[in-house]
Amino acid sequence: MGVVARTGVPDRHSEVLAQQSTDMPPIAYAAVAPVLIVLVAACLGVLVEAFVPRRQRWAVQVALSLLTVVCAGAALIRHAREINTGGTTFADTVAVGPATLFLWGTLLALALGAILLIADRSIEPGGAFVAETNAASGGTASRHPADAPGAASAEVMDRASASVVGMRTEVFPLVLFSLGGMMVFCAANDLLTMFVALEVLSLPLYLLCGLARRRRLLSQEAAVKYFLLGAFASAFFLYGLALLYGYAGSVKFSDIADATAGSLRSDTLLFAGLGLVVMGLLFKGSVGPFHLWTPDVYHGAPTAVTGFMAACTKVAAFGGLLRLLHVAFRASSWEWHWVLWSVAVLSMVIGVVSGLTQRDLKRMIAYSSIAHAGFLMVGAITLTERGLSATLFYLLAYGFTTLAVFGTIGLVRTSEGEATHLSDWAGLAKRSPVVATVFTFLLLALAGIPATSGFMGKFAVFSAAFSAGMGPLVVIALLASALAAFIYLRVIVLMFFNDPAPDGPTVSVPGAFTTAAITLGVVVTLLLGLVPMLALDWASVGGFVS
Amino acid sequence: MLDPYIPLVLMFALAFGFAAFSVAIAPLVGPRRYNKAKLDAYECGIEPSPQPVGGGGRMPVAYYLTAMMFILFDIEMVFLFPYAVSADALGLYGVVAVILFILTFGFADLYVWRRGGFDWD
Repeated sequence: MGVVARTGVPDRHSEVLAQQSTDMPPIAYAAVAPVLIVLVAACLGVLVEAFVPRRQRWAVQVALSLLTVVCAGAALIRHAREINTGGTTFADTVAVGPATLFLWGTLLALALGAILLIADRSIEPGGAFVAETNAASGGTASRHPADAPGAASAEVMDRASASVVGMRTEVFPLVLFSLGGMMVFCAANDLLTMFVALEVLSLPLYLLCGLARRRRLLSQEAAVKYFLLGAFASAFFLYGLALLYGYAGSVKFSDIADATAGSLRSDTLLFAGLGLVVMGLLFKGSVGPFHLWTPDVYHGAPTAVTGFMAACTKVAAFGGLLRLLHVAFRASSWEWHWVLWSVAVLSMVIGVVSGLTQRDLKRMIAYSSIAHAGFLMVGAITLTERGLSATLFYLLAYGFTTLAVFGTIGLVRTSEGEATHLSDWAGLAKRSPVVATVFTFLLLALAGIPATSGFMGKFAVFSAAFSAGMGPLVVIALLASALAAFIYLRVIVLMFFNDPAPDGPTVSVPGAFTTAAITLGVVVTLLLGLVPMLALDWASVGGFVS
Repeated sequence: MLDPYIPLVLMFALAFGFAAFSVAIAPLVGPRRYNKAKLDAYECGIEPSPQPVGGGGRMPVAYYLTAMMFILFDIEMVFLFPYAVSADALGLYGVVAVILFILTFGFADLYVWRRGGFDWD
């Protein structure tokens, strides 16, 4: 009996398989070309690492990365001109619509700036990343003194590492992989694709955080913290995914949306699942009570990588969150609305109050990003067309400003690396009026002063939220942004009205790459502040498709 | 109703009972010869916690790379094996997908090979 049953099973199994249609799903190559270009280039980058001689690697990788982003941008623009409503592809796992295209454009533009910052070798000789090994044959990574565990004190490690010219060029493929993951994340049409994209964007970021040339221990600590907490958040996401599958019987956004629109299924599964999935996303966007990793990681990571994380990861996380809420959970918004309402308030309060007490510039900007995440949440939970386009605009504006902020922070240095303590920035205007002015402008944009993109972003988001009937939340947000202005004004006063310390830091003259990145950020910040309709029109072309 | 589960429950009970029995009976009937090794955490002699640096207590880090590579190839097999079982049902699409998978995996292998990840010394 038992033998018969056992031999019966494989036959039935293969019959079932044979019945399923396994034809190649139609793929709209024009629509997904930007993502494919980025991911293929990332693979090419790995091959470059394997076969190009060490001396030429940096040049080849920088050229490849910049070319990739430009080509992907060109493919995106070409497709955006033809597209009307968008659609799904890859067997409904990826949906490309107007809002997704806007997010992709934002990500690519920010990545261009971030790659420029990462590629810079003029400020720190050889680049801001851990040095390439000195062995003639290009041996394994562990030979470098800076990597030997327990070999020397942090200072000796720093000095040994800083004396070697040349950097680990694996950074560039890692950034491209991460960028590809972010782009898929904003377009994912089911939770499993979203999870895979989440991992593709996260894993390279964990690595990038640990690759700073100076302050190795701090950087490695940041990487480990980010990795452990990130893995934890991914587990939450996955568990929520399982519960939502139990609720809707499918992981597709559209099926979940159908299931939530009037059914007699268990609400417990729905809200537990939604809560866990959203928690995973809020973690990536460093929102509210899920922000605890943010200051440490922003502080410890190489500044260029921090810029990449602060700008691009924020866009990707909020892009994914917006898509999820708009496409899958719009019908059930009445029940979960208040939870995210309070998350937004918590995020603003935590960001502003903690930001006021910080003494380190990178940590201060980290808390500022938590407060901004709260403002973004205000726009994300309106669930109106206007709220969506306002949030997309805010993401674009905030991304460029914060990228330029981190680019500028990297310029002020002592002999031991970047000087990020606030006291080091006292009287900076007397040493370098240009850098101080640029930084002041960027801080004012973060604070949301008129004539900057920050003001336009906040105005768009708050007015959209107000017209969606969220008056009390808008009042809280206005109070928070008024308080947040003190964070930035404190730095401005310090730079302009204090005397510099006699042995203070020097301001490096940035090379072409960093200059280009900071200029890009400043110009976009100014332009969007003066003519916001440039981007606001694009952002309001249409919503998400599924 | 629970018929198919009764053997499973019995199995668990048996396993638990055997473990408890072994632990309980060993001190009663086993020989007692005390020595230094008896006080170690593991009687095979491996020290569970790191020893002081300089006392020859370092672990060779090469193990790490080997273990990582083992896991990676293992994962590749995990995906290839189910494909091989149902290759004819999956048709051309399956072939293309698997070739793409092996190719991208191969890029990483090439990188590790060129950077000396497979050299023991």
